[in-house]
This record gives sequence, C-alpha cells and structure tokens, in this order.
Amino acid sequence: MSRLGDSVMLANVSRRHFLRGLAAGSAFVMAARWGLATAAEDADDPKYGADAMPGGWVDNPNVFIRIDEDGTVTITNHRAEMGQGIRTSLALVAADELGADWDRVEVEQADADQEKYGNQNTDGSRSMRHWYEPMRRAAAGARLMLERAAADQWGVPVDEVETRVHEVVHKNSDRKLGFGELARAARELDVPERDELELKADSQLRYIGRETGPVNGKLTNTDTRPPAIDGEDVVTGKARFGADVQMDNMLYAVIARPPALGAGIGSVDDSDAVKVRGVEKIVRLDGTGMPALFNPLGGVAVVANNTWAAIQGREALAIEWDLESAGDNAGYTSDDYRKMLEERAESPGKVIRESGDVEKALEEADKTVTATYYMPHMAQAPMEPPVAIVQFNGDSAEAWAPIQHPRATREGVAGALGLDLEKVTVHQTLLGGGFGRKSKPDFVIEAAMLAKQFEGRPVRVQWTREDDIHHAYFHAVSVDRLQAGLDKDGKATGWLHRTLSPSIGSLFAEDPKHKADFELGMGFNTMPFDIPAIRLENPEAAAHTRIGWFRAVYNLPHAWAIQSFAAEMAEAAGRDHRDYLLELLGESRQISPEEFKDGWNYGENPEVYPIDIGRMRAVVERATREANWDNKDRGERRGLGLAMHHSFVSYTAIVMDVEVNDDNEVIIHRADIAFDCGKAVNPERVRSQLEGACVMGIGIALQSEVSFRDGKAEQDNFDRYLIPRMENAPREVHVHLVDGGEDAPMGGVGEPGLPPVAPALCNAIYAATGKRIRRLPVGNQLG
Amino acid sequence: MINLTINGQEHELDVPDDMPLLWALRDVVKLTGTKFGCGIAQCGACTVHLDGEATRSCVTPVAKAEGKAITTIEAMADDDVGQRVQQAWLELGVAQCGYCQGGQIMTATALLKENSNPDGAEIRDAMNGNLCRCGTYNRIEAAVARAAGMEDKS
Repeated sequence: MSRLGDSVMLANVSRRHFLRGLAAGSAFVMAARWGLATAAEDADDPKYGADAMPGGWVDNPNVFIRIDEDGTVTITNHRAEMGQGIRTSLALVAADELGADWDRVEVEQADADQEKYGNQNTDGSRSMRHWYEPMRRAAAGARLMLERAAADQWGVPVDEVETRVHEVVHKNSDRKLGFGELARAARELDVPERDELELKADSQLRYIGRETGPVNGKLTNTDTRPPAIDGEDVVTGKARFGADVQMDNMLYAVIARPPALGAGIGSVDDSDAVKVRGVEKIVRLDGTGMPALFNPLGGVAVVANNTWAAIQGREALAIEWDLESAGDNAGYTSDDYRKMLEERAESPGKVIRESGDVEKALEEADKTVTATYYMPHMAQAPMEPPVAIVQFNGDSAEAWAPIQHPRATREGVAGALGLDLEKVTVHQTLLGGGFGRKSKPDFVIEAAMLAKQFEGRPVRVQWTREDDIHHAYFHAVSVDRLQAGLDKDGKATGWLHRTLSPSIGSLFAEDPKHKADFELGMGFNTMPFDIPAIRLENPEAAAHTRIGWFRAVYNLPHAWAIQSFAAEMAEAAGRDHRDYLLELLGESRQISPEEFKDGWNYGENPEVYPIDIGRMRAVVERATREANWDNKDRGERRGLGLAMHHSFVSYTAIVMDVEVNDDNEVIIHRADIAFDCGKAVNPERVRSQLEGACVMGIGIALQSEVSFRDGKAEQDNFDRYLIPRMENAPREVHVHLVDGGEDAPMGGVGEPGLPPVAPALCNAIYAATGKRIRRLPVGNQLG
Repeated sequence: MINLTINGQEHELDVPDDMPLLWALRDVVKLTGTKFGCGIAQCGACTVHLDGEATRSCVTPVAKAEGKAITTIEAMADDDVGQRVQQAWLELGVAQCGYCQGGQIMTATALLKENSNPDGAEIRDAMNGNLCRCGTYNRIEAAVARAAGMEDKS
C-alpha cells in the first residue's frame, strides 16, 4: 500500500489540455491521443500510467459513488465492459474501500464524458492498473463523508466512529447508523481533501483479492457464486448489448462497402433494392479518403424498417466499384505480399537495437540456426458484430453503441454531424466482445452520417458477419526472420531478428512503413534474452488494408517467432527447452526498458515497471512444474510445448500437453498457465481472462486467417474464417497465479495471456510429431 | 400474416414468410435475448427451441415456425432444466462478455432434456456448434455437467 500514500498525484490540468494544443495529424499526436505516446516525448515533465492518458484520472467520490436513502450504493463504471469483468471488479474495489455490502451495490454505466470521468479508452489492459488507486480514493472519500455525517449527528469526534459493513458505528457506545440513514447528511458535506484520506490496510479488505468461483476445475466455495454484476441479466437474456437497444420509430441500415481500401463507388443500380418490402431509402455514403483513421469506408446504405429487409435490399443492389482510386490496394494479394516480405527479410533493415558484434558472432559460431515465421491477418470477430444507433435532433445528437473508446466515438459523431462535442451524448452499452475492433468507432460514425438524413429518427447500422470479416481493422501480417549463433556448448552468442509488418501508424498519417515505438515495444525491442551480441532490425513494410489493434497486438507475432525460435535453438543445442529458455533469460535481474531502447513501456514508469527477469523465470518454473515437465514423455504423437512472454507489464508462461492423433487432429489435453500480474484484484476474473486467452490463442495457432486477393478479404463468415470451438479447447486448463512479490506493481490482465499460446502449442506439436510450424495458422500442414 | 407462439404467447406478425425467425424476434417482437452472430447457422448465438428442439433461428424462416412452440432465453428462468443451467452458469462464472451465452444455455438445456447425464464427449459434441469468442468453453462444459448433477439430486 505504500505506493498509494507516496504517489497521491494531483490531476495536472495543463497536461490535460497539452495534447489538444499540438498540431493535429502528426503520428505522435495521433499516438498520444490513443494513449500510445512515448513518455520521453514530454521529456521535461514525463507522466506515466493513468496520469499520462488523455483526460487523466478522477477520484472524486461524487462522480463515482451515490448512496440512496434506502441504502443502495450505486457505483458508476466509466470503462467499457467487454467480458473482462471491469464493471464488477472496479465496483468491488470501491465497495470494499467504502465498506459496502456487495449485495446492496448496483453499477451504473457512464456516458462518454472524459472531462467528468477521466480517461475512458478501454484498451491496453489498463483499466484496473490505472483505476485501482483512484477508485479506492473515491471510496475512501465517500466513507469519510459518511463517518463525518455520523459523528456530526452524534456530536462526537470523528475518530470515535468507524465504518463496518454498510453502517457507521460509534465505537464508545452501541449507536450505529446505516449508509442509507446517513446518505442525505453525507451528501451535503464537502469532499475530503486527498491528504485526509486513510485507505484500508490489506487485512481489512473483504473483497479485493478474494478467490471465488472455480479454481482449476474446483469450486473454492460451493456456497457463493463469483460476484458478477451482470451475471443474472446475461443468463436470462436481459443484458443489453449495443445490438439490443430498442427505439420507437427506428430505421435499420446495412451498408455495402467498397471491397478494397480506398475504392469508391462507380455506379449503383438500386432499382431492385427499392422494391424489397420494408426498404425505405438507398443512401450513398462518401468515404473520407486516406489516411483511414476511424472514419467510415463509405458505400451504399440500404435503410429499411427492419434488419432483414435492409439485408435483402443490399443483396439486390448492383454496384460497380471504382477500384482505380484504391491504387495499389486493389491489387493486394496477401500470399504475394508474404513472399515479398520473406524475401525482404533476407536483407538488413532499420536498426532498432544493437549490442555487440552480431556479424562476428554469427560468423564465428559453431552452429547457426535460421528460421522465418509468418503470422497472417486476422479479424477480431467479436460475437456481437459492430452495431450502433444514432439519433440526430438538429442541434444535438444521441448515440448508443458498444464501444471501447467513448471519447473517439463522441468526437467522431460530433464531427460527422457538425456539432460541438457537448451537444453529443454517447451512451455506452455492454460490448458483445471487443478485442480491439470496437476501439474504432467507424461504425458509429456511419450511423451518424445516416442519421443526419433522417432527422429526429434513430438510425441503427448493423454490420453482418461478412461485413465484420471483410472490413475489420486487421491484425497486421508479420514476417519475422531470426538467426542465432551457438558456440560448441550450444550457448547462444549472437541473435539477429528482423521483423516486418505494416504499422498501425498507417491509419493515422502517411504510411510510416516501419513499426512505431509502441509496436516495437510489444515484445520486439524488449526481447529479454541475455546474449552477448544482439541486433534487432525493422525493414519496411507498407500497409494495403486497415491495420488495427487485435488483442495483444504486435506481441502476437513477436512472441510467436521468438518463443518458437528459442525452442528451435534448444533443439539445435541438444538441450531441454525449459533449461535452455532459463539460460537465455539469465540471472534474475531488473532491466530498465530504456536499456532496450524501449521508451514506451506500455506508458508506465520504467522505475516502477522495469523488465523483471526474475518474474519471467518464476512463471517459466511454475508452469513447467505444474505440468510435470521433468517427466515430459507423454507417449506416441504427444508432447509438451512451452512458451513465455511478458506484455502489458505482466508475465505469462504456458505449457501445453498436445496430441496429434492419427487423423492429424490436434488434441490439447491440458494447458498449465502461470501468470504474474502483481496483485490480482478479482482473481476469478483474472483466471477467466487467462482461460479465454488460451482458447483464442489456440485459434490463432490452428485456424484463423484472413487472406486477401486483389484487395478483397477472401473469407466471408465463420464457415471459412475459423475460430475455436469447444472441441479445440484444452480438455483441462489450469491457471496458476504467481505472486510477484511485495513490490510487484499491478499489471495488465486482458491481453498478456494471449501471446505465448501459439508458440507453446506449436512447440508441443513439434514435440509430438517432429513437424516444425513456421507459418500460421497450422491449418492442414500436419497432413 | 404470420402467427407465432413465443414463450406461450400468441403473436400476429405482418412480416414476409421468408424473414428469419431471428429478425422477427428481435426487430418485430422486440425479444432481444436471441442474438445475431453470423446469419448462416455457424455460431449458435441465435439458438431457440422449436417444440423443444435447439434450432438456429437465423436460418429458420418464420413460416416454418408457425404452429410450433417457440421458446427463447427469456423463458428459461421458468423452465426447470433451464433454471438449473442458469444457476450452474452463475456458480461457475461462465460468462465473459455474455453475448453468446443465451444461445449456449438454449443448446445446453435442450441437451439435458434429451440426455440428463451426458459425459464430457457428449457435452462437447452437443455444444460444438455454439461459438464463444471469449473462449469460455471449459467453464461451459463444467457448467453443463454441474447442471446435470443438480438434476440427479432433485
């Protein structure tokens, strides 16, 4: 808790406005706006963590906590709920510090309002690590207000009262007053100053850190179900996702979008479409050109009085697209692009990090190992496809949408309608999955553009699954070429890694063709191995479609390549993979990210969040121990695979026990996941995130690919864009939470479970079959 | 006019015969617990019961649902087996985002009505058509088994 006391940070008002003052359009400004800025860019006064995010943080109890006279405590959640459980977990934090009884807590979802709530951009696995402290302070402030109200009423000094469960008691007598009874008086009091707050000691906490629900298949407590604020609503069908918003007089639209990025509309014949029963109007939407930003692609919208009519109307459209305006993108064929990148990976590129003489090391090596790995485009494909409702009222507008980035959504809708930000209300619904897709509000802006033409009527834009897979902000393809030199004892002496991927920076400005700091910092320049000569290079790669965040982002290809290659090196050295990986990591030590030329560090202070080799070793040791690695013979066509990766300032290692049967089907008997995220606030949700990431990672390894031909995504729906089904899940998954130690700062949870899954699985396939996978997905490569 | 019996209630709908039941439920009857996920019977988010049988409403024209008992997730709390499945789901904290879980529960309930004590392979086989992008499959499997166990006790 010491960190809380020491770092009572005052919201820096000037900082809040700092980013807005810079000229728009530069890659840095765009990066900064999405929370990706390198702290060092503001060298005079570096800010980290929540403090560096646009809008910063807020810890005012009146913003987040309301107590009604019937005792109901309502906590406002301002982050996007997309399955990570943040509505529950942040409310648990506040309830615990406040002393509230969980059964009397309700959660209300905030609208988009960065000025009021602070940063709401829910990505980067940041919600808990950025909001744990502000929420505790907000709740401690509310508790002090209740205690002062009680002390006033009894005419006693406030230090004679204390809060127990949902009531304040006078310690020297039997008097007590419930939260509800104190609510009215407490509300009249001033909000306490930050230095007046006293946070609870760990020993006083009732909810934070408590294990509930199933732990590795067994219920921890059969009398209690895990806290889940939306649990009942979900299982009864009452939970309201973006798709479920119902409005009177609503119009339903689907949009035919240009097949290749940058293409326009040539000609449209809508004579059949308008005859479809229920179709009301066909509307041409102009695209906004390059860079793509978060803007709609344009196209032809079919507006109808129900979704089915709109879909049928779109089927009936005859559109000739103008592919000329797409330029090179219209010729984009991902198989050719892969070959081009693989060839380019043979030549040097921009040097990102260098130590020692790698050429000499490779030349003098007793043995060299070389391998090139490929990861394809993927679509996030949340189960709820993009959907949004906007109503334009002339001088104001209202939107309802499942969005990860409320601020960008509000700005986008305001921009499309020519309204001031204050005139736009954005209601955040539950998200039926996000995974990065819903960080981009293009689909809400589409609804705004249409709403402008139907003033006074709510317009819903519904994406079909085909739309979602054709027009995702795709995970970048990646080619990673690695070369290592080993001495006669098999010890690594040189490491040369070239990574080639189109950059997300291409969304925001002229294509940089090189990875940005935040992309390199996702496991490339932060590669932790202790090798005398290292060179990391990033040759050019141009973007030909929209490239965007996909859960864990560039950590995916970096971890997949590096952790596969480490296994290949161990093999070449004739060593056990675990032992060799620990040797590559070297002695337990803490390394400043700056030493690795990483000025980003997920936005966190490098002094608080160093790269910690000890924590890496600990997760490797734990996962392998739990998987019984020392007896790793599992019989014919079955073997263990290991991988480790650190990302989002957390540490994950996975061992998979995999069989490839006679039909060449991959059966995952068991996954052991060791995870260190520092303090686990709601361990049950941490486990669920790791379990889910494991399944998603299996899909990345085995199945998922979006390929392009002539600028167009080739997969349409889940019949060809494959994602994991129950048969693909591990028969058993065991999540082992590793205690990172007293000083371990809180890390991310939503994303860091994903990167090591694919390499662990491919390493296991190698152990089972001797077949080394270097191109994802595995698909039919096993025969 | 199409006459549908949904969760025991009669509805008269002025929709074309070929409108999928999914969109009739969602856009016309305003029962939104049944979800759109793919539109081609690949994901199971739209699963309802037709005369007790788990059915993909996204590829079922309303005309084919006429005369049948249509049951949606909204009615599962009133169903003995459905209620047990919901309880098991909550006890094991199955849901993450929750979007697919209505369909999962509909499929699981139909399974348990047909086979009150399925083994792991039978559960996986029955549930394999329901996608969950959050990857909650291990807990789904455990929750179906747990719900079956509750039935044994009752």
